[in-house]
Amino acid sequence: MGKTMFEKIWDAHVVHEQDGNAILYIDRHLVHEVTSPQAFEGLRIAERPLRKPNATYAVPDHNVPTIDQDKPIQDPISAKQIETLRQNCKDFGVTLFDLGDIRQGIVHVVAPEQGLTLPGSTIVCGDSHTSTHGAFGALAFGIGTSEVEHVLATQTLQQQKAKSMLVQVDGPLSDQITPKDIVLAIIGKIGTSGGAGYVIEYAGEAIRDMSIEGRMTLCNMTIEAGARAGLIAPDEKTFTYLRDRPYTPKGELFEQAVGSWRLLASDPDAKFDTVVEFNTKDILPQVTWGTNPGMVTDINGKVPDPEKAENPKDQQAIKAALEYMGLIPNTPIQEIQIDRVFIGSCTNSRIEDLRAAAAVAKGQKVSTSVNAIVVPGSGQVKEQAEGEGLDIIFKEAGFEWREPGCSMCLAMNDDKLKPGERCASTSNRNFEGRQGKGGRTHLVSPEMAAVAAITGHFTDARSFEKH
Amino acid sequence: MQAFTKMTALAALLDRADVDTDAIIPKQFLKKIERTGFGVHLFHDWRYLDDSGTQPNPDFVLNSDRYTGAQILVTRDNFGCGSSREHAPWALLEYGFRAIIAPSFADIFYNNCFKNGILPVRLDATQIQRLFEEIQPNEGCQLTVDLEQQQVTTPQGHCFTFSVDPFARERLLQGLDDIGWTLQFKHQIVQFEGQYQNTAPWMFIQ
Ligand code: SF4
Repeated sequence: MGKTMFEKIWDAHVVHEQDGNAILYIDRHLVHEVTSPQAFEGLRIAERPLRKPNATYAVPDHNVPTIDQDKPIQDPISAKQIETLRQNCKDFGVTLFDLGDIRQGIVHVVAPEQGLTLPGSTIVCGDSHTSTHGAFGALAFGIGTSEVEHVLATQTLQQQKAKSMLVQVDGPLSDQITPKDIVLAIIGKIGTSGGAGYVIEYAGEAIRDMSIEGRMTLCNMTIEAGARAGLIAPDEKTFTYLRDRPYTPKGELFEQAVGSWRLLASDPDAKFDTVVEFNTKDILPQVTWGTNPGMVTDINGKVPDPEKAENPKDQQAIKAALEYMGLIPNTPIQEIQIDRVFIGSCTNSRIEDLRAAAAVAKGQKVSTSVNAIVVPGSGQVKEQAEGEGLDIIFKEAGFEWREPGCSMCLAMNDDKLKPGERCASTSNRNFEGRQGKGGRTHLVSPEMAAVAAITGHFTDARSFEKH
Repeated sequence: MQAFTKMTALAALLDRADVDTDAIIPKQFLKKIERTGFGVHLFHDWRYLDDSGTQPNPDFVLNSDRYTGAQILVTRDNFGCGSSREHAPWALLEYGFRAIIAPSFADIFYNNCFKNGILPVRLDATQIQRLFEEIQPNEGCQLTVDLEQQQVTTPQGHCFTFSVDPFARERLLQGLDDIGWTLQFKHQIVQFEGQYQNTAPWMFIQ
């Protein structure tokens, strides 16, 4: 019987297996300032060396300010965590893309950009959205601080094998819907724990049509369906993207690698534990209304009515979510007014996302009742966007143009919602308090966020004129 | 990680059920960048009268002289419930506890104990009650916890057997944390790496 892509990557990385526990070899370990300090300290206490410095790459992102990055950081805890990261990288010989370096940015934007993310590899990071790298056909997942230390010390991880799920997305990818809409629709259908225990592989026409950036958006949010990781088979687009990146293999070695990467796709007779099917013709632009990413409907939808819920548990969940979100049942989504717009995060802050938002913003003005910020995912994205004049388009329309970082995705820096403020956000989590205590988050695509900034309420991006 | 084989030590009683990780180590102490320095904050809100932790609360049992230097904690149901924070076992260990005896533990906390060299012992509620009854009136009462034999013995000669997962037991007896366990296979890792470098040389950054 054939193998799935997941099985192929898994099998190629098992060092040892015992009672269902495997020691899995890790090709790339990405490190940021928040989840790594105790891991490095653990190494010091146990007097263990870092096993493989040239497989370990670090970047500060979660805490960094997005204004005046060249000035000293005001918040003492952030400053200390970033300083600690610097010291740890120095002491253990880890490459650091520090503030002020054009390569700095959100870890999941930076690693692919630098060519650190390769098909067929295993990648871990102390951050759940490590699933992003699955867009290249890499087995990538988030780990806890003890595991970070384990990888630092051994270049391996103890793992139990996940089950496999195939999500088939048929139908073409038109310019009417975005990868963000597709992934929100998937989570809406299978639920936030629908993927628990699985690695999800995406396949089908829409996935083949998708750019690498779009595939990253899809794999990024796979974690929101509760899955361990997302995977997409590498193809010509993947190889083109990777060629000549700073850390990708060069010349003959690259060609050799491509030869092997072509064999990664799941075999035609491979068996998945579960298969779920979607068709793009059924998917419209999505907007979340609740406090988890599965609480979602489309732009023509309404805020749900708890009275019509199928069971008391759902009823309770909807009620609680609407109360937190300050929404009245049956309100049409298009009538929801917003106060803030955040375009950024590892879900939607790459060049393609910014282009899409700029196409909407061009020649328009942000509504006077809305404050909107655009936070590019990395220094390179920022530079490229500025080269294309996107920053001018945004600024002329009244968006703030910021410096790279996680920013209002998790509000660990100064970019926060105030209690009760309502935000159209391109990030990945709408949990209570995620963007600031009492803040209300609606997850949308970059196009939908930009349109909402201009009209002041959710508006169908498809009917909006783009330039 | 320090091995746990057999220890005879002073036992302290904490007569509460559902002691959660927030009580063990409140969240204001989690912003540290170190994995040490949590011992002084163990049970902070119970242990101190002030926020800065300078005035010990005389009413909190662990502050009483008779428990100074205790290394075994005997307590009630569902110890360690709440968040998955590993700071909880870090704090207990740094304070000095090597074994915790209770009728039940929260799942993640239970596993985190083994990862950090603490032995969590499950006895049934009537046995725990007997321990309380014996320790309470006897100041300086020491228990013997034997992981090899999987037994807890008291000065009055009570002997209670317990069981733990053989895999976890083996690791604790040898003092192997997850990393230590994996490093037993260091040779295989090196060998794997060598082969892998031949089959997928492009994965290696020079
Ligand atoms: S952008 Fe948000 S989700 Fe992504 S790594 Fe940063 S905090 Fe996590």
